[in-house]
Amino acid sequence: MGGIIKSSIARKVAMALSGLFLVFFLLQHFSINLTSVFSKDVFNTTSHFMGTNPLVQFVLQPVLIFGVVFHFIMGFILEIQNRKARSIKYAQYNGGANASWMSRNMIISGIVVLAFLGLHFYDFWIPEINTKFIQGDMSGIHNGELRYFTELQHKFVSPVRTLLYVISFAFLALHLLHGFASSFQSVGVNNKYSGGIQKFAKAFAIVIPAGFIFVAIFHHLNH
Amino acid sequence: MALDSKIPKGPLADKWTNHKNKINLVNPANKRNIDIIIVGTGLAGGSAAASLAELGYNVKTFCYQDSPRRAHSIAAQGGINAAKNYQGDGDSNYRLFYDTVKGGDYRSREANVYRLAEVSGNIIDQCVAQGVPFAREYGGLLDNRSFGGVLVSRTFYAKGQTGQQLLLGAYSAMNRQINRGKIQAFNRHEMLDLVKVNGKARGIIARNLVTGEIERHSAHAVVLATGGYGNVFYLSTNAMGSNVMAAWRAHRRGAHFANPCYTQIHPTCIPVSGDHQSKLTLMSESLRNDGRIWVPKKKEDAIAIREGKLKPTQLAEEDRDYYLERRYPAFGNLVPRDVASRAAKERCDAGFGVNKTGEAVYLDFAAAIQRYGKEKALTSGIENPSAEKILELGEAIIEAKYGNLFQMYEKIVDENPYKTPMMIYPAVHYTMGGLWVDYNLQTTIPGCYAAGEANFSDHGANRLGASALMQGLADGYFVLPYTIGDYLSDDIRTGKISTETPEFDEAEKHVKDRIQKLMSAKGEHSVDYYHKRLGKIMWNKCGMSRNAKGLQEAIDEISALRKDFWENVNIPGDSAGMNTELEKAGRVADFLELGELFAKDALNRNESCGGHFREESVEQSGEQKGEALRDDENFKYVSAWEYKGEPKDAELHKEELTYENIELKTRSYK
Amino acid sequence: MKLLLKIWRQKNASNKGQMVDYPIDGIEEDMSFLEMLDVLNEGLINKGEEPVVFDHDCREGICGMCSLQINGEPHGPDRKVTTCQLHMRMFKDGDTITIEPFRANAFPVVKDLMVDRSAFDRIQHAGGYISVNTSGNTIDANATPINKGDADNAFNAAACIGCGACVAACKNASAMLFTSAKVSQYALLPQGQVEAAERVQAMVAQMDSEGFGNCTNTGACEIECPKGISLENIARMNREYLSASIKG
Repeated sequence: MGGIIKSSIARKVAMALSGLFLVFFLLQHFSINLTSVFSKDVFNTTSHFMGTNPLVQFVLQPVLIFGVVFHFIMGFILEIQNRKARSIKYAQYNGGANASWMSRNMIISGIVVLAFLGLHFYDFWIPEINTKFIQGDMSGIHNGELRYFTELQHKFVSPVRTLLYVISFAFLALHLLHGFASSFQSVGVNNKYSGGIQKFAKAFAIVIPAGFIFVAIFHHLNH
Repeated sequence: MALDSKIPKGPLADKWTNHKNKINLVNPANKRNIDIIIVGTGLAGGSAAASLAELGYNVKTFCYQDSPRRAHSIAAQGGINAAKNYQGDGDSNYRLFYDTVKGGDYRSREANVYRLAEVSGNIIDQCVAQGVPFAREYGGLLDNRSFGGVLVSRTFYAKGQTGQQLLLGAYSAMNRQINRGKIQAFNRHEMLDLVKVNGKARGIIARNLVTGEIERHSAHAVVLATGGYGNVFYLSTNAMGSNVMAAWRAHRRGAHFANPCYTQIHPTCIPVSGDHQSKLTLMSESLRNDGRIWVPKKKEDAIAIREGKLKPTQLAEEDRDYYLERRYPAFGNLVPRDVASRAAKERCDAGFGVNKTGEAVYLDFAAAIQRYGKEKALTSGIENPSAEKILELGEAIIEAKYGNLFQMYEKIVDENPYKTPMMIYPAVHYTMGGLWVDYNLQTTIPGCYAAGEANFSDHGANRLGASALMQGLADGYFVLPYTIGDYLSDDIRTGKISTETPEFDEAEKHVKDRIQKLMSAKGEHSVDYYHKRLGKIMWNKCGMSRNAKGLQEAIDEISALRKDFWENVNIPGDSAGMNTELEKAGRVADFLELGELFAKDALNRNESCGGHFREESVEQSGEQKGEALRDDENFKYVSAWEYKGEPKDAELHKEELTYENIELKTRSYK
Repeated sequence: MKLLLKIWRQKNASNKGQMVDYPIDGIEEDMSFLEMLDVLNEGLINKGEEPVVFDHDCREGICGMCSLQINGEPHGPDRKVTTCQLHMRMFKDGDTITIEPFRANAFPVVKDLMVDRSAFDRIQHAGGYISVNTSGNTIDANATPINKGDADNAFNAAACIGCGACVAACKNASAMLFTSAKVSQYALLPQGQVEAAERVQAMVAQMDSEGFGNCTNTGACEIECPKGISLENIARMNREYLSASIKG
């Protein structure tokens, strides 16, 4: 992909746009998750809609998967290129003096989030695909009711899994703390509104992952 | 050989236009077959390179820095003069011309200076078109400030970084030509000799400073734009690498060296703090608009301050000697640079200096802070402001005017100049002398040109503030492109100059032998050891005030030091590959020759003019008693020295100066 | 002051280098960092050893020659200064100071602490200019009024001294701050806007071909820049580049 998008600025913009798209997806995902705290029915209905609507399944979902794959492959390419730009390392490099940990370690937070995605797919997405498309059960019904809420609760019984989710969301927050605000800079937004945008992006980067953590812990405690 | 300045005939204001109309041109197709070498890429060299390449010549540039953009023009702070009269305050080409000749103490050539004034406006137009971000007013038009005690506001500026912005402008014009392939830039290269073929400059020998290789480069003409030689004093405001080598090599090949003793010693520099000092930092002249200069009245107070037992702020008003205000009530702290510098030296020599070396005076902003603070309180409608409030308001105004300079001072000296007076002392800043050139900027070697600070032409015995940038760009953008064409019009059939000729062989051998000789010296002392010693001799005996005895001693001491240097200098490593000590040694070797000629020139000029002050030539009586005395009857000439072996054997040629448009007057600041 | 210096020594571009320890004594607080190295070199020369080579020239913070990575930061621990303006009072008696060249593949070492920054020059050759000939017949300097804010911003971008600290500080060795400062200066002025699209494309293409890394907006460049060149310039260049790409 480094070959397709030739210039460094184009790569940077592509990274920013795919990131922004994923941020938007996170917001959407979080909104649905949050309903599970208030109402089992709303959560079930929404989940069923998202899981069976052809537009979501066959248009939005592939786009999303492409976005995720693009973002992390591009991330790896950039990381490799960037490492190659300084083949002899400094004996002493005081990176903390001039840049935040988050901004210097996007690859680490990114890999943790990617690993989490694997777990998450294993937990939810693969069983879903199995049920719906391999076994052909598109009803969403299990034991006489919509199965989504129960499945969700079931997953958070394990304290280990819950803890893994919590840690992953913490890394997601770290990733977003730099990435979300930075994407505006990448697409060229730096004006009198930038201060506000930065604050909003930082708040988002903390609130949304904290929200996910809340949902996970809530279900762990209330199953 | 009689010196022919080739000044065109006709009225002063028409000379340049007439000259341009009559000189020969080279047609565009022929320009492609002509090569020009330009050594030095500051304002003069950079602008000349770009302009000549635009015309179609093949240009090769040489600089010792890693990029043309780093030449020391970059360090000029204050601004660039131009007779635009944007402020409507009565400025004109004539007035700029007049101020420059008068400021130079009537030792410059009228025709050259008038041309400089005439093209000054074009420089600003050209730079703005290139995207130089000059300071602007809220209406979007260019801002001006006044400078150096003249009566009009004609100085254009870009904060305190005017030189940088102008150089980047010239470099951008070079970039365009490099991109077109019309300029080949040889960076990290140093010219070590000039090659003459049939009496004409036809190339140079240069050393690639990275690989150590000695290279031959040929051309139809050679331009030297290599700056000044202030580093002959070791400590100066020049860059560490600034040197006289190219000019001196040309001198040894037959180019006359003019007025070497004319040196500008700038009054407001940060004082030397110890023996480790490697260079001096200038503080803009503009500070004297608001700062008051003083030393303690009593010697015991000065001693107590030097020993750190007394603070300047503790000294009562009546115990301070505002010596400039005392001696020059009319101009006070705003006397010209040379006068202010000498007065500071006089007080320090008398034992009133205020830093630990005894070589510093105070530049005090307390009065200005009070005055501005009270004014601001009044205009802001604050009734009965407290002392703290006045201080706060006043300091804010001083910060707005000089903030970056105050910050720079604090970084270097580690004292807060808002709270305690600054310490300043004069330092070598600019050399008005240089290679002798005619009206066309050609040296006494045909085909060898000198531009910018490297030539002697426009500033006489003293340069006005904000005029150096003007001269560099005038020479490069607007003079050389015409005058070189005139010379090269004879060369359209010459064809490429071969570097495989006996002349190049001889020059290369000469260079290699010299390097060999340097490398094989016994290795007693480092290059810096000799450079520092030379600097001490120059500063003590050829500095702000000079006398026959000291100058004669200087000649002898420098001559002996040079001999010692060639026998005992220590240069580790070898000449293949990068060797920074070898580079320095070559430069210092030439300073050791120039310094001697400098002293000889100063000895010969038994008058006081501009930056050159002879203790033997002072007013004996009247209001001006003790002030510099110019001797127009005997010394109204340019001293052009011809190389004859040892510098002390150089032969003097005089170019008499004629003033048809200006009446010669005594400068008085009382 | 007594110090232990750990300095990168490398004979030339093709040699392998290594860190060498140099104990040094008698350093005064008033010395600049480079004067401290002068003292070291004087001692080495007197012992017949080759002095440590480093770039320096104006020693007043404007030429951009000096370029040392000191204790892991370009131009050392002080802010808004070049190495030549860094003073020894920033250090304590007994300190160990690590001195390395600016590291980036695009800045190969020439010798010891001296690096080759000609990549920056080539970026400027590619488009760092306004195509106007020297003629003396350009329009009057005041014929085109320029908004003071734009003029000031152009100046702030143009204040870049091209030292390379941005590249040295960046974990990716990216040259975006430098390139964007050059692009911005012209993009902000009416004279420069005529060829703005060609300029940004040419300069970015050259920057990429020099082997600098990608910008990941860590902001280290802005913090370490001795002239305080703002990240805004990078955003502006991104904008300029996008609009140039869209317009084709």
